[in-house]
Amino acid sequence: MDTIKLTVNGRQVIVKKGATVLEAALDAGIYIPTLCYDADLKPYGGCRLCVVEIEGMRGLVSSCTTPATEGMVVRTETPKVNQSRRITMELISANHHGDCLACAQNQDCELLKVARYLGIEQQRVDRLRKSTQVLPVDDSHPAFIRDLNKCILCAKCVRACHEIVCHDAIDIAFRGNSARIATFGDKPIVESVCKSCGECVARCPTGALVPKWEKLPVTEVKTICPYCGVGCSLYLGIRDNKVVSVRGDPQGPANRGSLCVKGRWGYDFLSHPERLTTPLIRLPGVARQAGQDGKVQEIFREASWDEALELAAKRLLELKQNYGPDSIAGLSSAKCTNEDNYVIQKFVRAVIGTNNIDHCARLCHASTVVGGIAAFGQGAMSNSYSDFEKTELFFIIGSNTTECHPIIGSLIKRRVRFDGAKLIVAEPRSIELGEYATIVLSHKPGTDVALINGLMHVIIRDGLEDKEFIRERTEGFEEMCQVVERYTPELVEAITGVSKAAIEAAAHLFGKANSACVLYGMGITQHTTGTDNVKSVANLLLLTGNIGREGTGFSPLRGQNNVQGSCDMGALPNVYPGYQRVNDAAVKAKFETAWGCQLSDRPGLMVTELADAILKGDIKGLYVMGENPVLSEPNLEHFWQALEKIEFLIVQDIFLSETAWMADIVLPGAAFAEKDGTFTNTERRVQRVRQAILPPGEARPDWEIICALAERMGKHLGYRDTSQIMEEIASLTPIYGGIRFDRLDRDGLQWPCPHISHPGTPFLYREGFARGRGKFHAVDYIPPAESISKKYPLVLTTGRILEHWHTGTMSRRANVLNELRPSGVVEMHPTDAARLGLVEGDLVVVTSKRGRLKAPVHITEKSPPGLVFIPFHWREAPANILTNDALDPLAKIPEYKVSAVKALRQRKKLRP
Amino acid sequence: MANSSVAQGAQAPLEKEMARQQRLDEILSSYQGNEEELIPILQQVQQVFGYLPEPAMKKIAKFLKLPESTIFGVGTFYAQFKLVPSGRNIIRVCRGTACHVRGATGILGEVEKQLGIKPGESTSDLEYALEAIACFGSCALAPVMVIGNNVYGRMTPAKVKEVLANVGAER
Repeated sequence: MDTIKLTVNGRQVIVKKGATVLEAALDAGIYIPTLCYDADLKPYGGCRLCVVEIEGMRGLVSSCTTPATEGMVVRTETPKVNQSRRITMELISANHHGDCLACAQNQDCELLKVARYLGIEQQRVDRLRKSTQVLPVDDSHPAFIRDLNKCILCAKCVRACHEIVCHDAIDIAFRGNSARIATFGDKPIVESVCKSCGECVARCPTGALVPKWEKLPVTEVKTICPYCGVGCSLYLGIRDNKVVSVRGDPQGPANRGSLCVKGRWGYDFLSHPERLTTPLIRLPGVARQAGQDGKVQEIFREASWDEALELAAKRLLELKQNYGPDSIAGLSSAKCTNEDNYVIQKFVRAVIGTNNIDHCARLCHASTVVGGIAAFGQGAMSNSYSDFEKTELFFIIGSNTTECHPIIGSLIKRRVRFDGAKLIVAEPRSIELGEYATIVLSHKPGTDVALINGLMHVIIRDGLEDKEFIRERTEGFEEMCQVVERYTPELVEAITGVSKAAIEAAAHLFGKANSACVLYGMGITQHTTGTDNVKSVANLLLLTGNIGREGTGFSPLRGQNNVQGSCDMGALPNVYPGYQRVNDAAVKAKFETAWGCQLSDRPGLMVTELADAILKGDIKGLYVMGENPVLSEPNLEHFWQALEKIEFLIVQDIFLSETAWMADIVLPGAAFAEKDGTFTNTERRVQRVRQAILPPGEARPDWEIICALAERMGKHLGYRDTSQIMEEIASLTPIYGGIRFDRLDRDGLQWPCPHISHPGTPFLYREGFARGRGKFHAVDYIPPAESISKKYPLVLTTGRILEHWHTGTMSRRANVLNELRPSGVVEMHPTDAARLGLVEGDLVVVTSKRGRLKAPVHITEKSPPGLVFIPFHWREAPANILTNDALDPLAKIPEYKVSAVKALRQRKKLRP
Repeated sequence: MANSSVAQGAQAPLEKEMARQQRLDEILSSYQGNEEELIPILQQVQQVFGYLPEPAMKKIAKFLKLPESTIFGVGTFYAQFKLVPSGRNIIRVCRGTACHVRGATGILGEVEKQLGIKPGESTSDLEYALEAIACFGSCALAPVMVIGNNVYGRMTPAKVKEVLANVGAER
């Protein structure tokens, strides 16, 4: 590495080439006061406090903007330097509101620190205090306060907003004495384009931006965010058994200190008064009814753990005895730890004796697992976030990344904005990333296969495929070509609505890129053709050789914090942990020996098959851990009917979820901050989750509850703690073979990690595919199961929004998130709204063949004409009452993304 | 900045608004979409609209692929840009040294009294805007008042009334 030698205050200092004088000094442990320097931001030279003298240079130079050069002689503490700094500091602080004792920032105030260092005298400052400006404090935001009277215009907030998260909500506005940080139009921050990530708050050196609710913690615990699959590492500040502060972990491999609105402000659900604190048993004679609500004590009575577990064990054993083990099903949870998931699948398999275990991965990425395994032999993301730093071209299809995986969204925006990376966005709705894209392909919902076939057609036609890669590492190319040949740009334009020119331009961009990766989300997977869509993505990568190399890859963005882990742990009906098939005799024998019992070799039922199985009478008992299918299943009314009929329902959760309201027994679980274990994020990184606080009341970690229940059903699972569970997982799961808690402390480990000294695998398929050769699949376009008609003329697509999480069990009980987005909306294009006579906020009734809901309309050009979008977070307007339960034939994932609906105006008006 | 009730007085009829939108599109279409074109665009937009309307600034931001907040920052930095609608006839009263000693305060006071606005504000019918200026360099004519491109020298409070009446009559 190239280094530079220079002298600072007479000491020789060696730094990396490209370092600034300030960095050289800081590196050598020499303090230089500064208020605008931040290692993560570009040099700014705004505060003028870091001035130094450099031999051969005239006057004082700001060390943060001056590159260090060979042989440079720097002096940081001369009388001239200090006099200049003192005057600058006096000017900066002259109008500062000095209520330091009560200021929320007083513990880490950079201004105080620098003032103290320079020896500022109050009298000299007062002399400069010509007039005290008083600007109104902006407390419009539920999470933080903007008090510009304490702002020193270091612009760290502006730069963080621009350079790190790329939201650009604020900038310096006005002039001279009036200069201040302002939103567009100088409006309150909450009315701006601010995404509430709090990056500015975290970086403000003074009390100008401070969280509203934060307190100084007694201690901090490093753990992993429980919201999306990015897997951000963070520190929870703890005091009096409550989370009182949150900060991103600057070393976090996924987030490097950043957090999104949910990850930074979304934790007060932990101490919400509605947390379950004791087991509940349904009162005799109270019928099970969907949509139940009201007084808990009219439906349940509190019970002791002994009584609840005894009853649960008795009823489960009865069902098993009377109807056989396959009459019981378990639903695991992608929100729970790997250890919880391992234990529940073991419980269902070894104690109950069935493979009827599944979880919500069925509803999000089942098609990825099936399609990925078919193409590559592995269904996980093939690359890492660190690969994104090297990617030349991103192709994002069916993922609203900035809302659903905000930290990855910002990473991509940075790469495009500052490094010139190219971006293709294929998405029916207009999304934020579209503004950064080189090419936007607004295809019709459900036409992904046709679109990708069209791209491949052009790539092959124009000779842009990677012939060597195809020859050396793949199979099935000819068969695929035969199908793709038919997908001319003209035909694809007719199917997808994307112009021929755009298809050709995108194909050329993709075909010529040196390294490209495809990121996708539910827009690809949640279709009756989900598996086909995933195979198409795989085809495109294989065709252009964009897999198994740095900067390339297959990047399904997993939704839940631990959905990757729950799949890895075998919370799936056809595989044991590590995707080992239940109907493989050798595998079965291995698990029978390890678990000391007979196991079933019959693959179990999937979540999406449950409703019919219950109605048919095949399933009598259901054990739900941390899932809320009563809101998350498609075609809800059908599911509700089924659940009302079931004989016995146990729900284990942290709140009385909509599903828990229907349960016979409710068991209070511990939330993420109340237990130890691991989560596996979307880049296959197994990371440590650490207990920060005690669970409320009698709530217990999920794995402990299951072990206690197993005990009463005659099986001693015998785990002392979660690290012991991980040891068992490692012993039975080759891809987790080298995972041990003590190896995860720093950055975690990315599987496959087969043995104890293995460093983990940042990207897959370098040498070969898990299945040998990569397989092309000839995939034809099949239209969505439901198409629009005269009666149902609009296409409905569902999804998430930034501020909320799934069925809202957690996020709707987090004050900040709830205040930012209190209610559900139906998003609709202005032309559709005008046709229906709707104005913003009008109540609209949306109906499909399956059900209807009412919600205020939000008129926006984000939705193209003919398409409505409804987020599925609100039980008052449950989008899934409308969605289609038609399934992908292989993955059994429902088609959430395309339903035919109609919309009508309701007279009464509500604010959104 | 003037109060917002003044800004609301500027609600143009729909056709006029659409014509302005069209004019905005025309302005933008004569540029490439490069960052450095921001100030010329803002100047031209202000010429058409008399100020920088928020929707126009948003459109410019999209066109130049610049953050809206940056457009606002630039628009508020330069004294030449106005963020609220300004009167059609800009009345500038000099308060430079020469004008001051010859009674500029009285002139300014009279204009304020006549129009009912302070410097930096516009009348609610958007006919007049008032600005106090440091010096026009026409000190020989002090005290000086400028309306549009016409310079009125050796002003007295009585002449203010007369000049304003004439300007009013002209329109």
